[in-house]
Amino acid sequence: MRIGIFICHCGSNIAGTVDCARVAEISTGFPDVVYATDPVYTCAEPGQAAIEAAIHDHRLDGVVVASCSPRMHEPTFRRTVERAGLNRYLFEMANIREHVSWIGKDRDANTNKAAELVKMAVAKLRNNRPLLAKSFEVNKKVLIVGGGVAGIQAALDCADGGVPVILLERESTIGGKMAKLDKTFPTVDCSACILGPKMVDVAQHPNITLYAYSELEDISGYIGNFTVKIRKRATYVNWEKCTGCGACSEKCPSKKTPDTFNELTGVTTAINIPFPQAIPKKAVISAEHCRQLTKGKCGVCAKICPTGAVVYDMQDDVVTEEVGCIIAATGYDLMDWTVYREYGGGQYPDVITSLQYERLLSTSGPTGGHIRRPSDGLEPKHIVFIQCVGSRDKSVGRPYCSGFCCMYTAKQAVLTKDHLPFSQSYVFYMDIRAPGKLYDEFTRRAVEEYGVEYIRGRVSAVYPDGEGAYVVMGVDTLLGRSVEIKADIVVLAVGIEASRGAAALAEKLRISYDNYGFFMESHVKLKPVETNTAGVFLAGVCQGAKDIPASVAQGSATAAKVLALFARDRLENDPQTAQVDTRRCVGCGKCIRCCPFGALKETTIRGEIKADVIETVCQGCGLCTTTCPQGAVQLSHATDNQILAEVNALCRC
Amino acid sequence: MTYAYYPGCSAKGSSTDYEKSTQAVCDFLGLTLVEMPDWNCCGSTPAHAVDTELSAALCARNLDIAARQGAEMLLTPCPSCLSNLKHAANRLEKPEFRARVDALLDNPAAGNFPAVTSVMQGIAAHCDVNDIAKHIRKNLKGLKLAAYYGCLMSRPAELMDFGDPENPSLMENLLAACGAEMLDFPLKTACCGASYGIPERAVTARLSGRILKLAACMQADAVAVACPLCQMNLDLRQPQAAKAADAFFNMPVLYFTQIMGLAFGLSPAALGLEKLRVSADSLLRKLEAEGGKS
Amino acid sequence: MNDDINLSRMRDAAFTEDVEAQSGQKVSDCYQCGNCTAGCPAGFVYDRQVNQIVRAVQLGLKDEALGSRSVWMCLSCSTCSLRCPNNIDVAAVMETLRHMARRENRVAAPKVENFWFSFLDTVRAFGRAYEIGTMALYMLRSLRIFTDLDLAPVVFKKKKLGFMPHVVPHGGAAAVARIMRRYKERAVHERVRP
Repeated sequence: MRIGIFICHCGSNIAGTVDCARVAEISTGFPDVVYATDPVYTCAEPGQAAIEAAIHDHRLDGVVVASCSPRMHEPTFRRTVERAGLNRYLFEMANIREHVSWIGKDRDANTNKAAELVKMAVAKLRNNRPLLAKSFEVNKKVLIVGGGVAGIQAALDCADGGVPVILLERESTIGGKMAKLDKTFPTVDCSACILGPKMVDVAQHPNITLYAYSELEDISGYIGNFTVKIRKRATYVNWEKCTGCGACSEKCPSKKTPDTFNELTGVTTAINIPFPQAIPKKAVISAEHCRQLTKGKCGVCAKICPTGAVVYDMQDDVVTEEVGCIIAATGYDLMDWTVYREYGGGQYPDVITSLQYERLLSTSGPTGGHIRRPSDGLEPKHIVFIQCVGSRDKSVGRPYCSGFCCMYTAKQAVLTKDHLPFSQSYVFYMDIRAPGKLYDEFTRRAVEEYGVEYIRGRVSAVYPDGEGAYVVMGVDTLLGRSVEIKADIVVLAVGIEASRGAAALAEKLRISYDNYGFFMESHVKLKPVETNTAGVFLAGVCQGAKDIPASVAQGSATAAKVLALFARDRLENDPQTAQVDTRRCVGCGKCIRCCPFGALKETTIRGEIKADVIETVCQGCGLCTTTCPQGAVQLSHATDNQILAEVNALCRC
Repeated sequence: MTYAYYPGCSAKGSSTDYEKSTQAVCDFLGLTLVEMPDWNCCGSTPAHAVDTELSAALCARNLDIAARQGAEMLLTPCPSCLSNLKHAANRLEKPEFRARVDALLDNPAAGNFPAVTSVMQGIAAHCDVNDIAKHIRKNLKGLKLAAYYGCLMSRPAELMDFGDPENPSLMENLLAACGAEMLDFPLKTACCGASYGIPERAVTARLSGRILKLAACMQADAVAVACPLCQMNLDLRQPQAAKAADAFFNMPVLYFTQIMGLAFGLSPAALGLEKLRVSADSLLRKLEAEGGKS
Repeated sequence: MNDDINLSRMRDAAFTEDVEAQSGQKVSDCYQCGNCTAGCPAGFVYDRQVNQIVRAVQLGLKDEALGSRSVWMCLSCSTCSLRCPNNIDVAAVMETLRHMARRENRVAAPKVENFWFSFLDTVRAFGRAYEIGTMALYMLRSLRIFTDLDLAPVVFKKKKLGFMPHVVPHGGAAAVARIMRRYKERAVHERVRP
């Protein structure tokens, strides 16, 4: 082999504490090394050109670059050597920046360590083999999980780009949290008026298939070729026949059904359509509250339905779909704020969440858009908003900021003044986080034009004063005094957490999630909508707190990713996959059981059971290679021999 | 389980009625409380306010006596003693701290101390709340009570082990078992002003006033307490509190043991009811009336 | 009139570290939401609110923190600790500051300390607290004869307070006195105010 070595200075990042020229000089003494140099910026265009030239001039058939972490530039240099005619796997990288120059100041020790890392890379490179990717066909169809505004945006953009979309929604209507909002900040335009048309577009788009009231049951396969099983939950109404006329819910005698669309601020009927603009506008029976389904007698809706759509014995149905990639847009839920015993823990009727208050503001809500106290139906005069309930609070395990509460609280306070001109609103806040376009101006308007009293500080406790109002014990830290307000209604800006079941979904999708269930993006800054599983993208709050504009932007961003992916007919896999030596394999099946990707299967070779790798599914994690008792499974590009060669290089100095 | 009983100084002074009713109720339930020999003051607020080691030394002497007596559990009715003894036992687990405290004592304290708990929890452990109903001779039906624990009983939560620090419920459970209607009293763990009644009376008057005002607003027939100092602030200082709250109160403030004793049919004298500043007669009359009804 | 706070001159980082070490609390965890102040039952008699005291500790303003009357007026009810979103035992910080102030003989609320000493004097004498004795000593110390005079008739009528001290039998009182003596001797030896 003829190996060339490039010891990068990375400006002064490496050269500051490593004698790069000396490392290059030492490297010339390693086996098979015929050329060594130390460029100032190897990744820059001249640096890459120098590698290409050296490959030609010195007839190199292997290259080692000692520079930064391979995370960023390994793909760069692999393309460089490929341009010069080498196989991209005849390249090795030694990390002498994060692992050497940035962590130690001793120049001699650093130089020595850098040389040893290069020595290891050379030893590995001498055992490398050219690897070739396999190509496979792409199923140009996308599954979008979650029909909130992010999922809707992604669905419409993909569908407009000609991609068939399957949109999955857990509830009986799409629209997500946005559909529950009365108005939206900072322009105070009606949520239903701007979201409604998009929802209708979803229903009418020829490229979109909508599965509402459905959940993702199972998923297998890999980028380009996923197989998904969808559980269509029993609605007890044949949606092919249902016209959404609403006659059933008018006559339903079970009128005490908790109204989840209205955040339990009101009651509804056991058979119902959540709200007038629902998409699909179809009725669903709540099995827990339906008299026919719980007690076996009633049947009013079946009698009244003009199209005979009610089916009391409907069962769940599981359908299978094939798609090429998946967008997760599962949104959020409110954290369980009842842990705040000091605010009544959910026991005080007029201490409510901001989402419940939103329903009180909404014309389609339980009070027809009139603000009335849940306890006695009276109009409140003094309204206290408390921010950061379940946000930025380590004591309840919620240390993060929920992002949009500052803005919606300002909006709700403004709307309150519009609804009740003689009311006075108070907002307890720690910081006002309003960095978006026109956001800060909006919060200022709440104070300057609407007379909302902003009070800087948290609230220690809220309790009923025994005379129908609530005592709010807060603080004004700017004044340096505790303050007390008698409130008729207290609105808590409850923090968010990942949507119920997010963690289980992440495991099905084989993507990572954080302690709070939010899905992990591939790179915080540079790959915000990608995940570490190829072909799975993220949009909206499922990845972390964000408001409507940001969710919509991410929806569109994922659509761009999908369209770019589907612009190609075939994809190539990463050839760093597991390989089975069938002569050594005893067919024990341990590798098949341990593979988190389902990339190994049983096969029969001349009557004997053996393991077989599906190369396009294998992600190269290496679990199987460490599990195999026979050493029959080897990971290409990280074989036992390659690793041992590195160890030997280091230990036999 | 062998118990040692630590009555605390108030039991011999301002709250002999708490002591009397505690003894009577425990005796009635078959829980024998034998007073520890030779116990001394735990130091109360002044000791820990002045110095942690001094406070721990005063407590350690008592913990040591209980340990040498072979007790597995040390019971005390007073939340302040309870808090001090528990804090001391906890701090004494640190060797450096223990060494400095031992240096203040005649002899180094015993290696292991008995667990310290409140008489209230002792009663609940001895006699299941459901079993208490069996002992009722005079059901407290119709009596509306606000349970008030004060600030020490339930916190810090990890140390005091008294359930939800914001919303403890043991007293409610015990008194509800006696038939009383327990209000959901939001200020049940608010501070009454503690020992500041003497040096800073305004503090105590304002804080106690707030508690009494809410109890009155919620139409409580009485406030049930478990702490001698709370009782003194809410009962003896009730006129001061009323003045601070700009109100008039006639709110009986009874120890929970006195109320349980009534349910067990014990005589007002056996429960020391005559010690109350705000007479419990209104309560007794209401009970009689309710008894007549059923 | 307040003096200007010149942080480059007045900031005492060692003080912050001292408070953290003695209280076992990390004051930099505090983001000044003010919840401690919001729930503090004694805040209305404070000269600095709890969150301001913590702020002074954060900034290393020793005089600001130790000279405050608030650390003496703290009721040790722990409401602040219970509700702190950052799990800081604020009451422990307040108690630590009081101990530090005492040792340095900075007593911003002598009445309160007088009361404590009066109480502890009876404990020293009898091994147990003696309420009437505490009151009498406190009146002597503070020259406040009329303290709680309004309560006297009821107290006498109801025999609320024991007239005679309750002395610990079997030598307990003497043992307590020895504890107190050793405490005092050690304080003198360590050159702090007992």
